[in-house]
Amino acid sequence: MPETNSNLATSGAIRAQSLFVLAGSLALLVSLSIAISVGAVQVPLGTVWGVFLNKVSPGIVETNWSQGREAIVWEIRFPRTLLAMMVGAGLAMVGASLQAVTRNPLADPHLLGISSGGAFGAILALLHTGLFLGLLTVPLLAFFGALLATAIVLGVSRFADATSADRLVLAGVAVSFIIMAAANVLIFLGDPRATHTVVFWMLGGLGLAQWGQLAYPLVILFACGIWLLRHAGALNAMTIGDETASTLGIPVARFRLLVFVVGALITGVMVAFSGIIGFVGLMVPHVVRFIVGGDYRRVLPGSALLGAIFLLWADIVARTIMAPEDMPIGIVTGLVGGVFFIWLLGRRRG
Amino acid sequence: MNPASLEVRDVGWTPARTGAPVLYPTSFKLETGRVLGIVGPNGAGKTTLLRMLYRYYRPETGTVLINGEDIWALPARTVAQRIAAVLQEQPSDFALTVGEIVALGRTPHRHGFGGNQGANDTRVIENALRRLNLHGLAHRHLSTLSGGERQRVMVARALAQEPHLLILDEPTNHLDIRHQLEVLELIRTLPLTIVTSLHDLNLASGVCDDVLLLKGGRSLGFGTPNKVLSEETVSDAFHVVARQEHLSPSNTNHLTFHLRNH
Repeated sequence: MPETNSNLATSGAIRAQSLFVLAGSLALLVSLSIAISVGAVQVPLGTVWGVFLNKVSPGIVETNWSQGREAIVWEIRFPRTLLAMMVGAGLAMVGASLQAVTRNPLADPHLLGISSGGAFGAILALLHTGLFLGLLTVPLLAFFGALLATAIVLGVSRFADATSADRLVLAGVAVSFIIMAAANVLIFLGDPRATHTVVFWMLGGLGLAQWGQLAYPLVILFACGIWLLRHAGALNAMTIGDETASTLGIPVARFRLLVFVVGALITGVMVAFSGIIGFVGLMVPHVVRFIVGGDYRRVLPGSALLGAIFLLWADIVARTIMAPEDMPIGIVTGLVGGVFFIWLLGRRRG
Repeated sequence: MNPASLEVRDVGWTPARTGAPVLYPTSFKLETGRVLGIVGPNGAGKTTLLRMLYRYYRPETGTVLINGEDIWALPARTVAQRIAAVLQEQPSDFALTVGEIVALGRTPHRHGFGGNQGANDTRVIENALRRLNLHGLAHRHLSTLSGGERQRVMVARALAQEPHLLILDEPTNHLDIRHQLEVLELIRTLPLTIVTSLHDLNLASGVCDDVLLLKGGRSLGFGTPNKVLSEETVSDAFHVVARQEHLSPSNTNHLTFHLRNH
């Protein structure tokens, strides 16, 4: 009976899916624990969760660690790893969504110049305008920078008739170069005492994470993530083609624009807090599709999960490989992502 | 499925870039349940006309009416519940399965979070898969299918939309003879009003109730194939010498084409 077959297949798919979510959540928790425990000062896993439990509900576990340890775990490493998770999840979801609306497997906030735009806005705020809107200044200007870069890339790709996959990426890279040059001018003109911090941040650094600032990326990530998930069906339709999506009742031009704005919002805010971390958005969705298939109702949550795990491990590598020095995490993702990019190019040709 | 009537009143279109009309104001009325073939040489305006019928281009002049209602006065979603289209777009490989692509046809009928599937949706999708003989392929990726199978997936996707009017753009392109015949058989038997562009005039007269012959953005005739596809009109439209011949065992008319008279 075909009915029974397909029902079986559906329940099989659901089982595979719940297995993926379960395994993924477990891997995320393990990665998080390890990320907090390793570093210049090794902290036992028991202490990590002891500190956490005591913070949630004081007195629940007996304190057998020093104040210093507690400060390292709670004030430095927890916010840092939570930020890593949010940045990874956010950038991966942006990459996945941009890939659908441009029908371009190479779309990525970094390759399309959106991250550079965010960095430009953030540098403008950090070195020149001052924090005239308080803590919101940097993420807000980063968002506008990212949005402006998106508009320029789309304008250039239309002007140069570069809507094909490869040429859109070329347009993005070209715009990215120009914006980075402008950003470097801003750094060059800025206060020399501040430039070291800015350059370090720009290469991708999670080291500046603080509890007080985590609310911004968290709110943006949740709001935008839910919006994207609500439109998973439309993202699926966009992968077939503009005209077909339009015959399914989707206002194609407006929807694509909205996805770009949401993408710029996530990217801008993540860049503001973590610098430029490339290739997460390119790499993670491909791996996720390989595991859960192409339906965006699964690709989006899967990307968020895997992106978070990937960035936790990238951060672990960045902190341990040259310990006690912190290597900028952008170097790690750039290395891994660049190799993945080359592999992807070869696969697409074959 | 409830077939709808289609009326096109003085519909014309000029692209902004060149300013030269691609389609001059054209009118016709297609009765409920009939199959219309749009034929004509390359650049005649067939695709442009189709794009206005499935509400992708907004006509510069005139109106397109489905069951008497202007499709641009209706919300896009409502139109998508009535008109489906099978186009020549090649989906990029995003690892969607056949079942997932056919399920996309339910998009305009869905409400709620992320488009969850109700029992009725599942039934419609199953029926569409079965009608196009795709049941065994539901879990395959589109990229692993042949051209003919992909075309069937796209038709099944359109049928899952439960449209009243089905529009097809060159559905027999790049298909071998057997698959061409299968697609045409389907067009003949679907209880829908159908508009299709076709390259092959003999296929068109075999499958269509009405044809619209276009040349350089102007209509050279609308009506039954016998009436419109005469030797003179076809010769004029395609710059050839067309001859109406009679095939003997099958007892049908058949057009042949020649560069000059001899």
